[in-house]
Amino acid sequence: MTAPPASSVSARSSTALAPAITATGLSKSYGDKVVLDSVDLRIAEGSVFALLGPNGAGKTTTVQILSTLIPANAGTARVAGHDVARDADAVRALIGVTGQFSAVDNLLTAEENLLLMADLFHLDRREGRRRTAELLRRFDLTEAATKSVVTFSGGMRRKLDLAMTLVGDPRIIFLDEPTTGLDPRSRRTMWEIIRALVADEGVTIFLTTQYLEEADQLADRIAVLDHGKLVAEGTAEELKRRIPGGHIRLRFADETGLDSAAALFPAVKRDSEALTLHIPSDGSIPTLRAVLDVLDHASVQAEALTVHTPDLDDVFLTLTGSPRPGDEANSLKENAR
Amino acid sequence: MSTPSYAVTDSLTMLRRNLKHAQRYPSMTVSVVALPVMMLLVFTYVFGGALGSGIGGAAVGTTDYIDYVAPGIILMAATSGALVTAVGVCVDKTEGIVNRFRTMPISRASFLTGHVVGGVIQTLVSVALVIGVALLMGFRPSATPVEWIAAVGLLVLLILALTWLSAAIGLVAKTPETASNMPLPLQFLPFVGSAIVPTESMPTGVRWFAEYQPFTPIIETLRGLLMGTGIGGSAPAALAWCAGLTLVGYLWARAVFRRGAVG
Repeated sequence: MTAPPASSVSARSSTALAPAITATGLSKSYGDKVVLDSVDLRIAEGSVFALLGPNGAGKTTTVQILSTLIPANAGTARVAGHDVARDADAVRALIGVTGQFSAVDNLLTAEENLLLMADLFHLDRREGRRRTAELLRRFDLTEAATKSVVTFSGGMRRKLDLAMTLVGDPRIIFLDEPTTGLDPRSRRTMWEIIRALVADEGVTIFLTTQYLEEADQLADRIAVLDHGKLVAEGTAEELKRRIPGGHIRLRFADETGLDSAAALFPAVKRDSEALTLHIPSDGSIPTLRAVLDVLDHASVQAEALTVHTPDLDDVFLTLTGSPRPGDEANSLKENAR
Repeated sequence: MSTPSYAVTDSLTMLRRNLKHAQRYPSMTVSVVALPVMMLLVFTYVFGGALGSGIGGAAVGTTDYIDYVAPGIILMAATSGALVTAVGVCVDKTEGIVNRFRTMPISRASFLTGHVVGGVIQTLVSVALVIGVALLMGFRPSATPVEWIAAVGLLVLLILALTWLSAAIGLVAKTPETASNMPLPLQFLPFVGSAIVPTESMPTGVRWFAEYQPFTPIIETLRGLLMGTGIGGSAPAALAWCAGLTLVGYLWARAVFRRGAVG
């Protein structure tokens, strides 16, 4: 309801900044299970857009609908000016998709994979070879070009996957969790590649991620998806601003300590497993002192105290009301730093 | 739409890809050829004497029994070859490359066409090898060149039917392992037909099934073409079965493929 109808969008689009992707009321359900619930999107050309959400939020479904893989149950979407349902082939000619699982041919070499793409994009032989060589060089895969992909590391496969997507010279690239499962170094490399794509070729990137830092690092705009609904959209800064302050994290030695402290601060988040309390705070000395005074007064001993300034983690936590997306995600995030 | 004009080009690209797989990883083809060859050896040299005299009539002894059993085993080579396509399609599906193809501006049909044509070619090679081994072992078909062509034509039709069915199986199977097991009933069916022994020798219930299942008329037609035995009403039945199975396999595979993202 908030986004303008697709027709008025395209009417304006011929002049200035045309949106690369628009979606209105996009919905998808499988049986009773609602996967996407009336999602509206508007993504400017040449920008990086991140769809952020935990597993099962509907990120992949959104990508699948926008990339013409599956139809939506309701709503419309236009990608590069074409309706995804009615004019799928026109959309396909302008997009590139790198899915969550490397869609490479394991029985071929890296070079053959790229040449296969060149054939399928109907490039002539010479152009196909030129493009293949260029992409191999650009992605640092020249040495591995004639090796079977089975022998590749996760990072190499992901690079090859993206290179295969680029053979067709797409204007809009969908990256579904492009760094999930990669080691920190490969993740950094992937980020650099994505940044270079935007800077050098002006492509539009639609990225999904469950890593908050990734969205923060790469995206111009971030939308937070939770249980199929968009719960927030804006720049990283805008989203962070929605959280008035950070928090003080108190860790306790045992459940008893945690319980008595929780009684002192009734409205705060507690994590019984980690034995921590998160007390909203701007992290200033007076508020810090106030918290410590309350604890002292009640003779409750905290084992450790950390002051936490707001980041996207908090945004996520506040907006979705669910714990952050898994310990694995966080530990990987720590590694990436 | 650019689709129709690229249908042939894209299918050829996909076919090249599948043939490259087969060429580079021949273990699958080898195992597909090995099974019927082993059966040929076992049925000719181990059971051949007993089965040959059991069948009676003019066919007595191993050299003659091979003339009875070879067409049946050749048909088994066709059925076991189908498995390659089921596994190939399923591997592509589970590895996600199908979804890549689906988001590309290529002919929709090319993925399945490439697999099916590639599968048919591979299976024909296997069948040719099995025929070669049978000839070495003393199989002496009496077919004229025209009958040979008709026999090969029938085999192509059968293989096409089985390959389309396998493509559909590959799309619905959750894992490549399942995909390689699902066509097993197809491989087993010729046994409960006239591949190894005539249906007349079977108990009534089994015999009824054996006479009405698709492989019996196909085997009888093949045997008739190669050995000059009576074909009778088997030929139209064989052709009808092949056409019917092809149609079912094709429509099934197409429906599953169009249903949306797989895996």
